[in-house]
Amino acid sequence: MADDKDVLRDVWFGRIPTCFILNQDEVTEREAEPYYLLLPRVSYLTLVTDKVKKHFHKVVRTDDVEEMWLEYEGTPLKWHYPIGVLFDLHASNTVLPWSITVHFKNFPDRDLLHCPSNSVIEAHFMSSIKEADALKHKSQVVNDMQKKDHKQLWMGLQNDKFDQFWAMNRKLMEYPTEEGGFRYIPFRIYQTMSDRPFIQKLFRPVSPEGNMHTLGDLLKEMCPAALPNDGEQKRYQVVIHGIEPLLETPLQWLSEHLSHPDNFLHICVTPVPSD
Amino acid sequence: MPVSLLWAVDVYGRVYSLSTAGQLWEQCHDAQMEFKRVTAAQQCCWGIACDNNIYLNVHASDLPVRYQEETYENQRWNPIDGFSDRLLPSDRWQWSDVTGLQHQPLDNFRIPSDSWEWEGDWYADENFEGEPTEKGGWTYAIDFPATYTKDKKWNSCVRRRRWLRYRRYKAMDTWAKIPPQQTTLPDPFSDISCGGWEINEEPRGRLSLWAVSLQGKVWFREGIYHHNPEGSFWEDIPLPGEVVQISCGPGDLVWAVLWEGQLMVREGISRDCPKGTTWAVVDSPNPDVGATHVAVGNNVVWALTKDNKVWFRRGVNSHNPCGSGWISMVGEMIMINVGLNDQVLGIGSQDRAVYFRQGVTSSELSGKTWRAITVPRDGDRSHSSASAGSLQSAGCYFCGEVRAQSVVSDNQERPQERAFLLVQLFWRRNPSPGEEEIKAPCAGVAISPSQSGGPLDPQWSNVDLEEAQGHPVQTGAVLDSADTCSLSSVATYTLAMEDPYGADEHPLWAWVSGGGCSVDSHSQLNWFNFQSMNLSVTPAQTAAWRRQIFEQLSERTKREIDNFRHYEQAIEQSVWVKKGTMQWWRDWKPHKWIDVHFALEQFSGSEGNKDGILFIYYNFYEEKKYLHAFINEVTILVPVLNDSKHSFAIYTPERTKQRWPIRLAAATELEMQDWLALLSDSCCDSRVIQGPPSKQAIWSVTCKGDIFVSEPSPSLEAMPYPSPCDQMFWRQVGGHLRVVECNSVGIVWGIGYDHTAWVYTGGYGGGIFQGLSSSTDNIYTQVDAKSVYIYENQRWNPVSGYTNRGLPTDRYMWSDASGLHECTKTNMKPPSPQWTWVSDWAIDYSVSGGTDREGWQYAADFPFIRLRFMGTCEQCVFLLHRKCKLTTTGPWQEIPPISLSDVTILPCAAQSSVDVVPLWAISNKGDVLCRLGVTTLTPAGSSWLHVGTDQPFKSISIGAASQVWAIAKDGSAFYRGSVSPQSPAGDCWYHIPSPAKQKLKQVSVGRTSVYTVDENGNLWYRQGVTPSYPQGSSWEHISNNVRKVSVGPLDQVWIIADKVQGSQSLSCGTVCHRLGVQPMEPKGQSWDYGIGGGWDHITVRGNSMEPPRIHLPSLTAPAPQSPLPVRNKEVNGDAVGC
Repeated sequence: MADDKDVLRDVWFGRIPTCFILNQDEVTEREAEPYYLLLPRVSYLTLVTDKVKKHFHKVVRTDDVEEMWLEYEGTPLKWHYPIGVLFDLHASNTVLPWSITVHFKNFPDRDLLHCPSNSVIEAHFMSSIKEADALKHKSQVVNDMQKKDHKQLWMGLQNDKFDQFWAMNRKLMEYPTEEGGFRYIPFRIYQTMSDRPFIQKLFRPVSPEGNMHTLGDLLKEMCPAALPNDGEQKRYQVVIHGIEPLLETPLQWLSEHLSHPDNFLHICVTPVPSD
Repeated sequence: MPVSLLWAVDVYGRVYSLSTAGQLWEQCHDAQMEFKRVTAAQQCCWGIACDNNIYLNVHASDLPVRYQEETYENQRWNPIDGFSDRLLPSDRWQWSDVTGLQHQPLDNFRIPSDSWEWEGDWYADENFEGEPTEKGGWTYAIDFPATYTKDKKWNSCVRRRRWLRYRRYKAMDTWAKIPPQQTTLPDPFSDISCGGWEINEEPRGRLSLWAVSLQGKVWFREGIYHHNPEGSFWEDIPLPGEVVQISCGPGDLVWAVLWEGQLMVREGISRDCPKGTTWAVVDSPNPDVGATHVAVGNNVVWALTKDNKVWFRRGVNSHNPCGSGWISMVGEMIMINVGLNDQVLGIGSQDRAVYFRQGVTSSELSGKTWRAITVPRDGDRSHSSASAGSLQSAGCYFCGEVRAQSVVSDNQERPQERAFLLVQLFWRRNPSPGEEEIKAPCAGVAISPSQSGGPLDPQWSNVDLEEAQGHPVQTGAVLDSADTCSLSSVATYTLAMEDPYGADEHPLWAWVSGGGCSVDSHSQLNWFNFQSMNLSVTPAQTAAWRRQIFEQLSERTKREIDNFRHYEQAIEQSVWVKKGTMQWWRDWKPHKWIDVHFALEQFSGSEGNKDGILFIYYNFYEEKKYLHAFINEVTILVPVLNDSKHSFAIYTPERTKQRWPIRLAAATELEMQDWLALLSDSCCDSRVIQGPPSKQAIWSVTCKGDIFVSEPSPSLEAMPYPSPCDQMFWRQVGGHLRVVECNSVGIVWGIGYDHTAWVYTGGYGGGIFQGLSSSTDNIYTQVDAKSVYIYENQRWNPVSGYTNRGLPTDRYMWSDASGLHECTKTNMKPPSPQWTWVSDWAIDYSVSGGTDREGWQYAADFPFIRLRFMGTCEQCVFLLHRKCKLTTTGPWQEIPPISLSDVTILPCAAQSSVDVVPLWAISNKGDVLCRLGVTTLTPAGSSWLHVGTDQPFKSISIGAASQVWAIAKDGSAFYRGSVSPQSPAGDCWYHIPSPAKQKLKQVSVGRTSVYTVDENGNLWYRQGVTPSYPQGSSWEHISNNVRKVSVGPLDQVWIIADKVQGSQSLSCGTVCHRLGVQPMEPKGQSWDYGIGGGWDHITVRGNSMEPPRIHLPSLTAPAPQSPLPVRNKEVNGDAVGC
């Protein structure tokens, strides 16, 4: 019997097979072999690509090396989005493995944040968790945690320790039963066709009448274009962790089970591939 | 939290009830007539109907209300006739009571009212002081009155026997008129209130019922208790004034409202005098506005004044029933009622909605806010018709503001009497008619007759309806006449006319009673945010969206991972260490808590499973040392909560043998729980155990109520070399129980310390195990309660009488039961931080041996407190008890409403999930019950079938072939004959004498073995049990120091033993396994010691795993083994045949 706990595991252990290729323009001392890796969907690119960096450092002329950045089909990949979100947003219909181009020059400052060290990722990750908890519990849970508890969350993510992470994260997922859910659902809706980076607004899991809001309710309010009109063909797919949940899925359940480790529910709205 | 009911009457006199678990007002369809007022207790509800009679609705229970009538037949021997009914003139009656003074022939016994029926005919009792008598049930003596024996001797000149007959209260779940009094009461009742069940628990189910008559007199109903639910007669209570309304709390508070607007408090109510002795008058909260209504609870008094203002009385308790002052509260109410736990309910004066006072706790008795109960009524759509019909309803005339309508109805259909009463009521409520009192926004009685086209409620008489339809003009006409009586009535009516649909929008309530409604500050009520469709978890389990997510996730794994498993992982797995500081109970002397560093290192084991090592770093003479334990060797983690330390114990097989666990204490309770949860996960991971326990699992309970479960290995019962039971791995399951019983198809029942019955839901985790180590559904809140006792000790001395000045050698003036530990009222803490007090200290009168009126027990000297003695140098002891409560979560669901003391489930292997599994239980009052409808799909079953006994029982067990054995309170055993699937309750009890001079206390029946434990800790095996003679022949002593026994479906024998010697210490409450039990040698040879001490209960009745057969060269073992399992299967085939 499938249990909701299995969903958490599946989400955590989601992997994207990736092939890293060095950009043609990089000056190399010898031919650069592609590098294959299983990337955790819930992690961040710069956190898991040390091996890639090392691999290509061997062939790149050392004096040409600047900060590494990654790009897929011309789109610089933002490291501060979870890997799964980047994949679902830009490459969900690609043939696996996902082919990512590695750059060591011409860092696109306009598109990407610099990431000099893992502490920058940690700061970003922790601020997301705090923001999410501000929405969910008025920051009460995260503020009650000790410094070492915060560290445990981060170390869990960094070392891919599901138990370590969830031993702490479960506290962030609790809510008073009589309220039926969090105060607000921390979510972000990403669209490829929009200029805005993402949509993030206040949205409650339970309607004033006491009904549970669903994914469909959220989209109707935040992003009505994503929903198919009556009798019309589906134009957009709504993807979370590489799957398309039904629109009647309760939002609270999604938030508890399909949130990323940063406690946000990252929803990708992409056009249905035309083939 | 047990499900209980809130009762209410709407303005049309219809009675509704709302379950604490429900979201719907359910109409009491049985009510043949309209009711004015109701007052509820948990077991029944009383009401005044519109015919002014008092009706009683006893809630149906699977436990019947049976009354045992007994009488004695006396005979004397003479040389001519032998024993005959020819007695000497000086002798007692031929038929008499036990004393011989009352003449009691059989046909003098009559059923007291139409609500009773005889259960059977008279029969002679053949049980004498736990021993079976000879046929006929005669007991013999030299003369009357003398000592009787069951054996006839040469000098036995007289004999007597006891005749028994049961009558049963049959008017369950219906409104039955209570028997009229011989002398009719002068005037009808206008108010009633029941309560007082906490003053005295003896006799069981005792209630105080107070009533007010229209002339303002107060009456008390005598003799209401469980076996006599209707009570015996009304007693007039003298009064200083005339009363309008009365309220009686669950304890000793009784308040009444006088016509003049003051309040009256009954004083002197006690255990021996539930009626009280005197009245004290308390002024109305507002000197200008009289009080109209009062409601009392345990420690609170709420009142309303004529202007509908709500008042709360400060400082009320049983020592000061009058309280100290009034506080004005928000809200305007027309009626107010205090339910159990001092929870408050009211009816709003504006909208006539029922309001619940939120936030009432024992520390904040006045609560926080009023919250309207918004659930709909059943059959709400048929209301328009019903309300039209109810124009004639008498129900409306107890609410002052709808007088006009009441007059209408009286004029139309009811005889003079009602009009008279009504006028009288009206007059009394308004001594000065000019004084405008209440404005009723929507009295709701004015429904235009045209609306009545809808479907009719069947119980509403058509006559009424037709009248209403036929006389709209008349209604108006009467309205005119009402106009002359009271201006306010007209205002009422007009106002209601403006809002003719008011009644359809929400119900209009007139009366509410929470006396049977058990709610407290922890309860979760669904009464406020009514949702038409609730997305509850359980149906969602099968919801399409969830299936979709599961399917898509597994597709995603296939798509994205399965073909790429040879890729390198981005993050290398490493060792994970969790560190902390704790205190450790040092292994060597002097034992003490020392600060240690504690670390758990987790890593992936060789076969990919996770493993870990525990390190305890300590300093020994400035030298750093450490102690370690492998996670895969840990057999159990036991929380040991007490008020000084948040500690837990870690056992390994070695430490189990030594009876000396690693004891660690964390700084806070939270930290301890985090560590326990983490260690427990880690242990389960290393043993690859996850999810719910299997059907074969062995369950056990510690004396703290913690529940543990162990997965038996097939070699556990292997012959001749079973795996040692100190190697069994136990993991904790959330919840709190005293007893747990299971069978091999996965049906598990538990009984809490408060005797509540629970059924296992199939989940796991709960309690401290949250998040990943707990299942998401099937985990529910569980509440358990128990009493803590302390003793007050006094010594008599010639100067000052009894004082607490004792001798230096005496026990403490306040002590525990042993007298060795001092326990005062203030320093006594609940058993552990999980428990909280829910009541104050109270005197316990229910001590065996009896107490005097103040609860004291007397003895010549202190060790003999059980004796009651009167001497010159006496000691006395006085027992106080206080209830405490624990709230936790676990995979358990309550089975209301009957409290149990023992339960047993047939340890069979049912063939399919719909086969009925026999389950028997003993209620906490000693009734034997048989559960119907228990299957693997519905493990809770459907209802109880009561099995009659002549005395209370205390233990029961059902084994293969439906052998049911039970132990009675007198310590003798009984075998139930002819139990079969066709007759699940069997036909009669066979009395089986207990072993000589021993009182049995527990029984367990396996496949063929029957074992019992007596009160002195001896374990007995029943010899000679055969299919043709299942009662067996004699008892054989097996062992001593046994607390409990559990015999499994393979006849395996497990016990909880006391005084088990380990290499380092002695333990009480140890799990032991009987070794060498074989089909030909069911008594076994020796004990193997497992986990303990501190264990209280074990059940191995789920483990039906046949051990692997070891084919030894000697062929004796397998041969006799095979016929028995085959027989067992046949039996089970029969068991499910129906």
